[in-house]
Amino acid sequence: MASNGKNNGKAKANGQWVGKRFKRKEDPRLVRGISHYTDDIKLPRLVHCVFVRSPHAHARIASINTEAARSQPGVLTVITSADIEGLGMIPCAMQMPDLKIPAHPALAKGRVRYVGEPVAVVVAEDAYTARDAAEMVAVDYEPLPVVLDIEKALQKESALIYQDFGTNKAFTHAMKSGDIEAAYKKADRVVKVRLINQRVAPTAMEPRSVVAEYLPGENRLTIWASTQIPHLLRTQVAIMVGLPEPAVRVIAPEVGGGFGSKLNVYAEDGVVPWLSMKLARPVKWTETRRESLMVTIHGRDTINYLELALKKDGTILGLRAKVLADMGAYHQLLTPLIPQLTALMLPGCYKIPAFDCEIVGVFTNKMSTDAYRGAGRPEAAYDIERIMDCAARELNLDAAKFRSKNFPQPREFPFTTAAGLLYDSANYQQSLKRALQLAGYDKLRARQKAGWKQGKYYGVGVSTYVEICAIGPSAATPAGGWESATVRIEPTGKVTVLTGASPHGQGQETTFAQLVADQLGINPDDITIIHGDTLAVPYGIGTFGSRGTAVGGTAVYYAVEKLKIKIAALAAHLLGAKPADIVIAHGRVGVKGNAKKSMPWGEIILAAYTARSIPAGFEPGMEATHFFEPSNFTFPFGTHICAVEVDPETGEIKIEKYVAVDDCGNVINPMLVDGQVQGGIAQGLSQALYEEMVYNEDGQPITGSLMDYAVPKAAHIPEFILDRTVTPTPVNPMGVKGVGEAGTIASTPCMVNAVCDALSPLGITNIDMPLKPERVWRAIAAAQAAVPPPAATTAKSARTARRTA
Amino acid sequence: MIPASFDYESPKTLNEAITLLASREDAKLLAGGHSLLPAMKLRLASPALLIDLGRIGGLDYIRDSGETISIGALATHAAVAASRLLLASSPLLAQAACNIGDIQVRNRGTIGGSLAQAHPSADYPAAILALDANIVATSQSGERVIPAHSFFTGMFTTALRPDEIITEIRVPKTAGSGTVYKKFHHPASGYAVVGVAAVVRGATGKIDDVAIGITGVAEVAYRATAVEDALRGKPASAIAEAAKHAADKVEALGDNYASGDYRRHLAQVYTRRALQEALSSKRK
Repeated sequence: MASNGKNNGKAKANGQWVGKRFKRKEDPRLVRGISHYTDDIKLPRLVHCVFVRSPHAHARIASINTEAARSQPGVLTVITSADIEGLGMIPCAMQMPDLKIPAHPALAKGRVRYVGEPVAVVVAEDAYTARDAAEMVAVDYEPLPVVLDIEKALQKESALIYQDFGTNKAFTHAMKSGDIEAAYKKADRVVKVRLINQRVAPTAMEPRSVVAEYLPGENRLTIWASTQIPHLLRTQVAIMVGLPEPAVRVIAPEVGGGFGSKLNVYAEDGVVPWLSMKLARPVKWTETRRESLMVTIHGRDTINYLELALKKDGTILGLRAKVLADMGAYHQLLTPLIPQLTALMLPGCYKIPAFDCEIVGVFTNKMSTDAYRGAGRPEAAYDIERIMDCAARELNLDAAKFRSKNFPQPREFPFTTAAGLLYDSANYQQSLKRALQLAGYDKLRARQKAGWKQGKYYGVGVSTYVEICAIGPSAATPAGGWESATVRIEPTGKVTVLTGASPHGQGQETTFAQLVADQLGINPDDITIIHGDTLAVPYGIGTFGSRGTAVGGTAVYYAVEKLKIKIAALAAHLLGAKPADIVIAHGRVGVKGNAKKSMPWGEIILAAYTARSIPAGFEPGMEATHFFEPSNFTFPFGTHICAVEVDPETGEIKIEKYVAVDDCGNVINPMLVDGQVQGGIAQGLSQALYEEMVYNEDGQPITGSLMDYAVPKAAHIPEFILDRTVTPTPVNPMGVKGVGEAGTIASTPCMVNAVCDALSPLGITNIDMPLKPERVWRAIAAAQAAVPPPAATTAKSARTARRTA
Repeated sequence: MIPASFDYESPKTLNEAITLLASREDAKLLAGGHSLLPAMKLRLASPALLIDLGRIGGLDYIRDSGETISIGALATHAAVAASRLLLASSPLLAQAACNIGDIQVRNRGTIGGSLAQAHPSADYPAAILALDANIVATSQSGERVIPAHSFFTGMFTTALRPDEIITEIRVPKTAGSGTVYKKFHHPASGYAVVGVAAVVRGATGKIDDVAIGITGVAEVAYRATAVEDALRGKPASAIAEAAKHAADKVEALGDNYASGDYRRHLAQVYTRRALQEALSSKRK
């Protein structure tokens, strides 16, 4: 792995530990299966609950009869909306001028608005009894017209999901810069495309799970939850159940992935604690896989109308976009935020003088959408990278050269985009160049041309992405954009790091240890990272938005810097030197230029606790807390290139090569960065090729199990050729940008570009995802019906008969 | 994913299992459990009694019986896929077995269980049909040999009587023939969207005999007789045209992933490719 980028930041990229492929400290317990997830929590007198869910996408609840279920031996209670009047609504954290926020009760009240909406909950001594009794809850539904298609939902004649609103429109939001009308007037060509970014299910390996134990004597509620946001969950649940926040403790034990789906407050998160308070017994709920696909938030689901105004030579003059986003039936925590991130990132890594974007949120009778790996940015990257390819083809320009022509130069950074963001640092040209080189781009193009003559459909997809990470300055986020860290050097010299960014697979126990080890000159094995317990850790936000290291890590960095000042003060006092001359390294604290004057690490730390000889005003102990507020986002970027062959007879796609050159600034652990990139690409390719949450015309999810909903298996994913450039960010002292979502953002358009490129001699410009072989086959068949096969034609004549499949 | 309650028995001998099966109408046999248990967890199946065949010894053999190879019903897909005997003398079944599900499924799932389940997209039926295999069913009234062509009667239905247990599968040796199983995998379930099993006997570009079993297209796996008839005694160059009849007179199934038209089309393309491969892979 060559880190061949030019280091244009001030930060030191490598230390003794930082920059090393250090094995994950988390893995021994995880791979041996000896760790504990929420469902592993067992408590005395634990009872179990099962939710009764709506089989209708839209219906009036005429009556609910719980008697039969209630009378089953072993059943403690059956609860409906009438019983939970005191329980607060499920929260939405967004505020916008015209945002419509419907009341969102934890159990449906009078109406159900999507299949799977919880209607009642059965609590029993064991999960088996609860499951059997749940089938005995008789609900009388009167079905109502179903609203599913977001474009039809906006038409006057559409049925309404909320009569009070008088519309299915949840919000509109506009973003403008430059003079779009002038851009259109000047343009030689306006390229247009309509893109569907389909609904997908995040599908974390560990489904959601909640255990709540309320102790009435102590008035203490402890919640174990498979969550990405223990502190935010604690605040919200305290409000929902009406307890003072100090009475509530949330613990996120081992969390088996989230991808944004556990960055939320769900009905079950409120109901399970409420049940424990009512019953004075611990209560557990664990989601089934079927529930996970049905009622854990979905991602994406937008329709995008895009227009790019261009000069003949490929200079972009303006971008116009209209994004219709499916909210689902209710807003979850951040539902309306996601399409706004799309609008912000639509200009991608290009200079766009005029920008005009409108986003519309639409209610439908489906599960809510919300943050899913990339959250709004994959949609933006898909939009801009797809239309860039369409434009290159229409202007007969090379996809790579056309992109490069519209990149800002490295010297133009920090660069203000058409959407008003200030990109921190980048060298797009370098990343593109490296990727082209690794892919053997020219050879791929030559083979492609030769292939067309033999009826072979080779395609090359290019995607030069940029994303927004390290979310973010508090002024630009709904719930605080800072992160907290407490670092405590214990009397034995071992270090405890408490981070507010609760990880769930990212590996912060390893990377934060590497970081602190270098700062303090000790071994990573002497550093323990504690997270995910609101009683232990200062209030924190989370890892989402690829912010774990760039914001959470920076908080740790500054907390350690505070301790270094303290250590220097104490050491100066004990060694008879100036604090400025104190050196902390290699397990010792010494004086610069005086090898004889030094103390072992353990002695100096112990001295801070025994406090028998301390300088005047020195606070005993060795602990510091820092809340880091970032000054800006960071903007990682990169180039992905994918080579495919499409079987024209069956529509099957073979991935022949996949190259990813990513730039996430400085790297703390290359192995973990590779892992994030690989997992991200797999997830992004999977959206391009396999995944789609499908509802039938009645609003029934028909991809409701993993037998129907295709998540990628090892056999589906090719080997990746990975490389990096390194452009540190000036936004934080470590120069790190974030990498958790990059692969997902870059790879989806890369794959679709490759397939559309392969089929371009047929005049095919777009096929909507997922690129199921049948869809590809039908597009080919339709195109072939319009155009003779490529062997018998020239590329030029095919171009005149362009059509959208 | 909690099933409804059920009784459970684990007989130690085949006789005990047969007696138990005859004693209850609402009983189901449990072998590898990779079809039945998920169905029970989703409450799509709620048998009152599960008879677990897993403790019955000696039913997982694969042995040479002269003209044929005999396979015990409890042989796992993994065992079938890796059987040297099958790979040397009748490889088609092994070729199909190594395409089933994933490693876990192949390690647990059994050939008898899969055949009894008769899933319309299962892999074995195509191969069993193309091989003209025989299925041995045992009940209190003794053994009954059911030829493959009359075994699969419909979607999830077979010629098995309620009191019968599949005990053995007998496949003929295919020395001198080329065999290929060609499969289009469903990306989620791993089942065959289309699976084509072909046995081709011939020499120097001429096809003497051919058998083609197709799964995934219709509600039950079938023999592509129109293709076979068009190819017997014909040169290899006839394959392309003949393969177009792979789904003649077949009512094709469609779902969210692949429509009936597409499956029909895939059957034609995959049949052509399977035949061409089988002819070129022919053993001497």
